[in-house]
Amino acid sequence: MLAVHELEVRYGRVHAVRGVSLTLAEGEVVAVLGANGAGKSSLLRALLGLTRPCGGAVLFGGRDITRWPTSARVRDGLILVPEGRRIVMTLTIQENLLMGAFHRRDHRAVAAEIADIYDRFPHLAARRHHPASVLSGGEQQMLAIGRGLLARPRLMMLDEPSLGLSPKLSNEVFALIRRLNRENGQSILLVEQNTQRALELAGRAYVLELGRVVMEGAPERIVADHALQAAYLGRGTAERRGGGQHATSAS
Amino acid sequence: MSGYLEGVLVLLAVNVVFAYGGFLPLAAGQLNLGLAGFAAIGAYSSAYLSNVFKLPPLIAIAFAGIVAGAVALIVAAPVLRTRGIYLALATFALGQIVQAIILNLEVVGGAAGYPVAAFIRLPAIAATATVVVALVWLLFATRFGIAVTAVHDDETVADLMGIDVRAFQVAAFALGSAIAGVGGGLYAHHFSFIEAQYFNISLSITIVLYVLLGGTQTVFGPLLGAAVFTLLPEVLRASANWRYVAFAAALIVLMALRPEGLVTGAQLRRLLGLARAQPRHAEVAAALPKEPSG
Repeated sequence: MLAVHELEVRYGRVHAVRGVSLTLAEGEVVAVLGANGAGKSSLLRALLGLTRPCGGAVLFGGRDITRWPTSARVRDGLILVPEGRRIVMTLTIQENLLMGAFHRRDHRAVAAEIADIYDRFPHLAARRHHPASVLSGGEQQMLAIGRGLLARPRLMMLDEPSLGLSPKLSNEVFALIRRLNRENGQSILLVEQNTQRALELAGRAYVLELGRVVMEGAPERIVADHALQAAYLGRGTAERRGGGQHATSAS
Repeated sequence: MSGYLEGVLVLLAVNVVFAYGGFLPLAAGQLNLGLAGFAAIGAYSSAYLSNVFKLPPLIAIAFAGIVAGAVALIVAAPVLRTRGIYLALATFALGQIVQAIILNLEVVGGAAGYPVAAFIRLPAIAATATVVVALVWLLFATRFGIAVTAVHDDETVADLMGIDVRAFQVAAFALGSAIAGVGGGLYAHHFSFIEAQYFNISLSITIVLYVLLGGTQTVFGPLLGAAVFTLLPEVLRASANWRYVAFAAALIVLMALRPEGLVTGAQLRRLLGLARAQPRHAEVAAALPKEPSG
């Protein structure tokens, strides 16, 4: 459903994404791993049209969307749950959810889905008319995911959903992502620094380093390759924030 | 009703209209210092329409709002390309240009000013102000309110949720300018004489102050801000020369103590016990389950 061919992103002299290709089939969970500055965020920005790629192509649902504006991609079902959640704090919880459904006109279905989210997250329901600033970090992440769901994603992309959360809350977020995939067949592109948890969830993974894909495949393979590399080559950059046990200085 | 009281109330109504003209762009995150220019466009075009084409004043004023809004739409493309302090400077320059053009426009009297033959009194002005306030409140009770707030707080996330950021920025700018134009038209038809000098930068700043001091988070803010800061100088009139000092001091104290403005959303919710009486996006809200009490 998503196919990225030889994508290139530059910011002035910085070559952030260098010929990245990746694919994601319907119903799949694919993880994109890598250290800070590996090009993960630039890749996401290019997928969403927030940054113009200077080369390569993005195909979504068989159509070339490389030059589409962001709003058109969103209407087509390409939805990002952004890093740092980016909840609009001055809006109420309910208004934040409605914002996710902004491009939809099927009001009854939207209402039903909001009721559904309230069922799933009672702590959101209880404070639905309060400003979103009353929520804790974990609750905000749930709200951000709920907002993303209301946009009816064909592909939901999550950027560092566990960032800044306690291990317990991270577990809840990852459990939710797993349920969305298992129960709803939601296709998911997961960008994470928490390598270990992401690999538990994903069917396949890509490892980015300095803008290039350096590894791809099934989680077991990545883990094995990675351990090998870390042990013999000292290349543990992708693991720094994750498991931590392989942490070595960035080369 | 005494002439003085009517004069104060007319000023209050006109200032409330101006305040809502300032509220729309500010709610979308634009510091528009050219509001006086749009008020001038409204004042002069309504005066011209009622003087020359003998349109009834209220019709002329409605047209004036459309003219001011149309001018805003035309200049929106270059002006809204700028942001932050540069947007403030660009709109300031726009206001100056409008003033300069009017000063050189002999057909409306140029620097000598322009008398307005038709006259409207408090009831018509108050009614128009009420309609403007009601329209803005209704507008903000729809998805427009959510979109504009999102654009104000986080453009990227608005974009990511499929909100056409540009369209809402232009809409807020143009609608605010149209309302300022209506305010200018009301002013012109009550005070019977307009001159370019009145629509200067200090008018723009005063309008922005009404909104910032009243609070930008709710649609009630501009109403309160305009009311307090129109009436306060009148109340302080007893102390004659010192009233402007007292007024300025009050401004500074307020800015220091309540940078978010006199009223905020949270406060209103506390006051009203619950929440927005009618949550935004009525079509969806109607189908939602009711909130459990407490």
